Amino acid sequence: MTASDLLNRLFMAVLTLMGVAVIVFCLLRIVPGDPIAMMISPSATPADIAALRAHYGLDLGLPQQFGIWFMDVLKGNFGTSISQRRDVMELIGERLPATLELAFAALVFGVLAGGVIATLGTLARRTTLDPALDFINGLFLAVPDFVWALALVLLLGVFWPVFPLSGRIDPTLSTYFHTDFYLIESLVTFKFAAFGDLIAHMVMPMLALGLPLAAIVVRTLKEALAEAMVQDYVLLARLKGMSPLRLVLQEALRNAVGPTLTLTGVQFTFMIGGTVIVERIFSYPGLGNMAIDAVINRDLPLIQGIVLTFGAIFILVNILVDLIAGWLNPRGAAHG
Amino acid sequence: MTQSLVAIEGLSAISTRDGGAPVLRDVSLTLEKGEVRGLVGESGAGKSTIAKALLGILPSTVKVTGGFIRFEGRDLLAMPRRELSDLMGREITLIPQDPQTALNPARRIEAQLTDGLRLKLGMGKAAAHERALQLLDEVQIRNPERVLAAYPHELSGGMRQRILIASAFALNPKLVVADEPTTALDVTVQKEILRLIRRMQEAHGTAVIFVTHDLGVVAKICDRVTLLYAGKVIEDGATAGMLTAPKHIYTSALIAAGPRYDRPNAGLEPVPEAVFRQLRAEIGIAERRV
Repeated sequence: MTASDLLNRLFMAVLTLMGVAVIVFCLLRIVPGDPIAMMISPSATPADIAALRAHYGLDLGLPQQFGIWFMDVLKGNFGTSISQRRDVMELIGERLPATLELAFAALVFGVLAGGVIATLGTLARRTTLDPALDFINGLFLAVPDFVWALALVLLLGVFWPVFPLSGRIDPTLSTYFHTDFYLIESLVTFKFAAFGDLIAHMVMPMLALGLPLAAIVVRTLKEALAEAMVQDYVLLARLKGMSPLRLVLQEALRNAVGPTLTLTGVQFTFMIGGTVIVERIFSYPGLGNMAIDAVINRDLPLIQGIVLTFGAIFILVNILVDLIAGWLNPRGAAHG
Repeated sequence: MTQSLVAIEGLSAISTRDGGAPVLRDVSLTLEKGEVRGLVGESGAGKSTIAKALLGILPSTVKVTGGFIRFEGRDLLAMPRRELSDLMGREITLIPQDPQTALNPARRIEAQLTDGLRLKLGMGKAAAHERALQLLDEVQIRNPERVLAAYPHELSGGMRQRILIASAFALNPKLVVADEPTTALDVTVQKEILRLIRRMQEAHGTAVIFVTHDLGVVAKICDRVTLLYAGKVIEDGATAGMLTAPKHIYTSALIAAGPRYDRPNAGLEPVPEAVFRQLRAEIGIAERRV
């Protein structure tokens, strides 16, 4: 991707986000539910309600409401959460790092586990291990993240309680963090007790999100590797004395990784979506968990802010995937 | 009697996928040091199977049922895997058919050209680089530094085939198996590549097994020819003699079927069905194998 391509993509990204903003704003006004109804006490008079409505600008017409919100968003002001009475950006800023750490951990786990298994499967082709692997992987492909989450809660949380069931860090572990990137901060400041506890909390949600990704990576990568392994250049390299593992990693992998990369990008955006339910199941204090609370409370500014944040992540991930694909493929064209 | 470089004796093989149909029938041929031998035949004649057997890369669907392949007296088919893989790429190398698919699109030429030097000879990076430059010079590639830094897609088909030839001769092998190396190239490039293979072969004193279906190519490059049909050797001899005075009716029919540059408007004469009938009768097969 050239610099002008990148600029083009970023420009398109801004347009897309504007579209997302319009759609979210309109959808939220169409669906039933009144944020004011959620916050008033039963003794409130109609006058109180009207005053509250006016306070939040909900008495204005829709285009006017959108105009005010949109101009504020352009200035970087996402408004105030109705249910928590705090700045939306601040709330998102506190929760987003937890979700990003979880999602990236699941991404790394899924890609590494999938890559290793696909490589082993490629080395074991034409043995009985190969069809067995395909069969097991087929089963894994059929299990979605929230089912993994529930199964893991039962397995590793209840029957064989090795990992903490919920939360992000043990609250009795009195560690003060300067940032909200607990995992990264604890690692770079050598707070290993906190780091270990964070990891222990993260294992189950990470597996729930990462296992479906791993299964998809195994499937696509293994297929592409099988195709690459029968190419003449692999045969030539084999004749020149290259070891089977190097044949897979050095000769085949780079030519086979394209479809997997594209798919991983798509799956990663799905996975960010999956954090909503998985974070809920494990009471993990991330953005997804907050999104559910925001929906329950009809907290319009917060929902809008969260959706825009998710949208921005999706778009950035896609641009990043295209950049990596271009870098991996010397012919310059992105893989299909 | 001096030992032949390659001696194939009574080699027979069947295809396990094709209901045990024979792919090689009692094939015997010898190849002397520095000799260029053409293996000619239509698809399914067994020429590629012989080439693959020489390289130790027979597909799992082909089963050898008898015979030997001796390379400098050592039986390739009975050789331990380790010894065989040590031999391959060092003493026996391959020039592949299609230069489009024989170079890894994701690796630079230098890495691919020096694989053998580093893996088989344990050469260091700098020494391998020097040797690569020298090899590219040998195959008449100008500005070799630029080519070494290039990716395959930046080079033409003829250029890539030159690189593959350089790679095949890089370790001074005793035998190069050339698997239809000019089929994927256009005619003008073909001629240059044939000349190049011949020159490299002479300079390195290497024997070449040249697999092709094209008698015209054979006439240009081969010292001796083995003509195969349905896995059986039909005729074997010095190129000049065989092309001017063929002993077998199939050979003469094939020569007649080729284009005639002296009579460009004469049209092509297909090999008559009677010839195939006679071939099948000789070999003892009921149906024509395709």
